[in-house]
Formats: sequence, C-alpha cells, structure tokens
Amino acid sequence: MKTLNKALVIAWKDILSETRTKEIISSVLIFAILVIVIFNFAFSGSQQTMISLAPGILWVTFAFAGVLSLNRAFIQEKDDDCLEGLMVCPVSRETIYLGKMLGSLFFMLFIEAIVLPVFALLFNVNVISLPLITITVLTTIGFVAVGTLFSALAVNTKAREMVLPILFFPIVTPIIISAVSASGLALGGESWGSITYWLGIIAAFDVIFLVVSYLVFSFVIEE
Amino acid sequence: MKIKILLGVSSVFMLVALYMVFIFAPDTESGVVQRIFYFHIPLAWIAFLAFFVVFGSSIMYLWKRDKKWDAIASSSAEVGLVFTTLFLLTGSIWAKPEWGVWWTWDSRLTSSLILWLIYIAYFIVRSYISEEGQRARFSSVIGIIGFIDVPIVVITIFLWRTTHPRIEAMDPRVTATLMVSIAAFTALYLLLFAQRIAMKQDEDKLNKLKAFLRR
Repeated sequence: MKTLNKALVIAWKDILSETRTKEIISSVLIFAILVIVIFNFAFSGSQQTMISLAPGILWVTFAFAGVLSLNRAFIQEKDDDCLEGLMVCPVSRETIYLGKMLGSLFFMLFIEAIVLPVFALLFNVNVISLPLITITVLTTIGFVAVGTLFSALAVNTKAREMVLPILFFPIVTPIIISAVSASGLALGGESWGSITYWLGIIAAFDVIFLVVSYLVFSFVIEE
Repeated sequence: MKIKILLGVSSVFMLVALYMVFIFAPDTESGVVQRIFYFHIPLAWIAFLAFFVVFGSSIMYLWKRDKKWDAIASSSAEVGLVFTTLFLLTGSIWAKPEWGVWWTWDSRLTSSLILWLIYIAYFIVRSYISEEGQRARFSSVIGIIGFIDVPIVVITIFLWRTTHPRIEAMDPRVTATLMVSIAAFTALYLLLFAQRIAMKQDEDKLNKLKAFLRR
C-alpha cells in the first residue's frame, strides 16, 4: 500500500507539472487529430468501408500518439536532471517505475478520451461503447507498461527519441493485433463472447509486461 | 583448439548434409524446391536456440555482472539474427514457386518478421550506447523482454491467421536428412558463436592495451 501511495505521489508530480507546461497533452492531442485527418485523405470511401477501416486507423493513431507522449515522460526528467532527484528520493526504483507508468497512463487515457469522440464525429463511426472503451483502457495499460521501461532506456542512449519506436512497436504487436481485431468485432456489433477472447490476450500481455518491466526497471536507470 | 575441432566437425557434417539433401533424400511431389526445407527448418530452429541463449545469458549478466555474459549474449544474438535473416530468405524462395508470392502475411512469416525486427532493434540500441556497462545492461533488458514477447507474438498471430504447411508423416530418409542437417547447422552455430566470443575477447585485450599505451 505504501509503495502505491509513493507511486501516486510521483504520478501526481507529473500531472502537476503537465498542468503548468501543457507540453505533452496539447501537442500529442493535435498530433493524434492530424494523424486522423491524414488517414481521411489516404482512405476516402463509403460509410461501409470506413467502418471496416476504423479499427486500424484508430489503433495506428493511438500507437503513434502513445510513442510521442511516452518519449516525453523521461526526456523532461533527463534534461533538467530531475531523474537524479527522483533517484535520491527514499523510494525504490520499482516505485519510480510505477509512478511514471501511472502518470503516462493518465496522460494517454486523457488524450484518448478526447480523440475517441473526435474520431466518432469525423468518421461517423460509433466508437463510444462499453466494449471499445474496455479494449482501449486495457491496451493502453499494455502500451504504458512496456513504453515506460523503454522510454527510460531510450533517453539514456545517444539517439534518444529515435530508439523508443524501434523497440516499442515490435514488442507491442500482439496487443495491437488483438486491439484491432477486438475493435473490429465490437464495431461489427458482435457479442461480448467473441471479444473477451481477444481481451484475454491483451490482459495477459498487460500482466506479463507489468511484472517483467517492474522487475527489470531498476537495471535501466541505475547509474 | 576448440574452434578448430568445431570447424572440422561442422565441415564434415555440412558435406554429409549436402550429400543427403541433394542425392539421398527422395523427391516429393513438389519437386526440387522442397529440398530448401532441409536448410530452412534447421536455420529456424537454431535461430530460436540462439535467442534462447541470449535470454539466458542476459539474465546471467544482470545477476552476476560479468562482462563474459554480455559477450555471450551479443555473440549469440548476432548469429541468431543472421540465421533468422537466412530462414526468412529461404522461406521466401520456397514460397514463390509454391504459393506464387514472395511474401504473405501468414502467422509464422509474420511472427518471424517481428522476431527479426526485435533483434535488429537490439543491435541498433547497442550501437547507440558507448559506455560498456550501460550497453550490457540495456541489451540484457532487451534480450529478456524480446524473448518473453516471442511466444505471445506467436500465439496472437496464430489466432489471427495461418496457412503455413505443417509437418506431416515423413519418409524415414527425409527425417534422417533433416536430422543430419540440424546437426550440421548446430555445429555451424557453435562454431560461429565461439569464433565471435573469441573475437570479442581479443577486442577487449586490444582495448586494454591501447588504454595502457595512452597512459
């Protein structure tokens, strides 16, 4: 319980600094909307084709937006030497991971909460439903579980923000496939039965990578 | 010495394997193209073995912090990456006459490609870090995460789609050829692996000498 409280303090610090700078949310949000607009030029078609393309467009947008916002999670810390400050705090490295992870999770969910209605509005596809929101939340947990670890790793290399997408995309392919398949079923009006199958895979991925990332995180920021 | 023995063993096995693949093994209905499978399957198996070695020695590195484990992990990853590239290529050469296309998004092809991309990323990250200890730590983390991801990728993509041929009941001559071929490629893997580790050790000695001379 104590660990969770400390992690929440770290997450709160990130949220507080975000409310002052508005660096991540504003730019990632605009980026996500731009991706959707570009997809509109790439695939213009009838309502029926849009419904079959919607899951793909939605998840490419979220994956790109995710990489952009996860990259920022450690760049700020690194640039202003805040990471050293965090590391001398009387908390374990694992707690830092949890805190940063929860902060990024909050930013991602906030951005998705705005992008989903915009997407529904622009494409006239009903993406605001209980199954889709469940898929989005579960997949986002997987994204930030892996992304927080790799973001901390990437910021310590010479190429910095180049490294995160190269590592992140191949590792998250299982949840991107599952999220696209499940969203397709959900938009096609399928029952929960066929969706839970994919949700199970996403949930398993989340659990495995939360645990593994939690365990190896200390090796990434040790200096 | 060890390398010379491995060189001898793998050369002999390779020659026997070549004889068996092209002369001993019977023709099947798909003709000569099918013989590439005696290279394709061993390459794929050894690639997985190599990445398993990366996984194991990455854990060992993080636990023991001995440079030796990083040399083992990265050498095995190099050989694994070469073998993965080769089995993707041989698969592609087989697919063209059989399926009429060089590539299809079948489950095994897709998961192999993802596997290949993960270990490409492993080397890209290594090249971006100059500090030795940090490079070893980071690549160990990727070696562990990447390998854990492989079964999940395979399961997911399998559920998604598959058209890859399955191995059915085989002629004993086919089985024998395949076994010899696997033995040959295992010996080749061990040879390349040992060679690469020896090179890393020499590199290390050279760097130490250089540092000493500069002082």
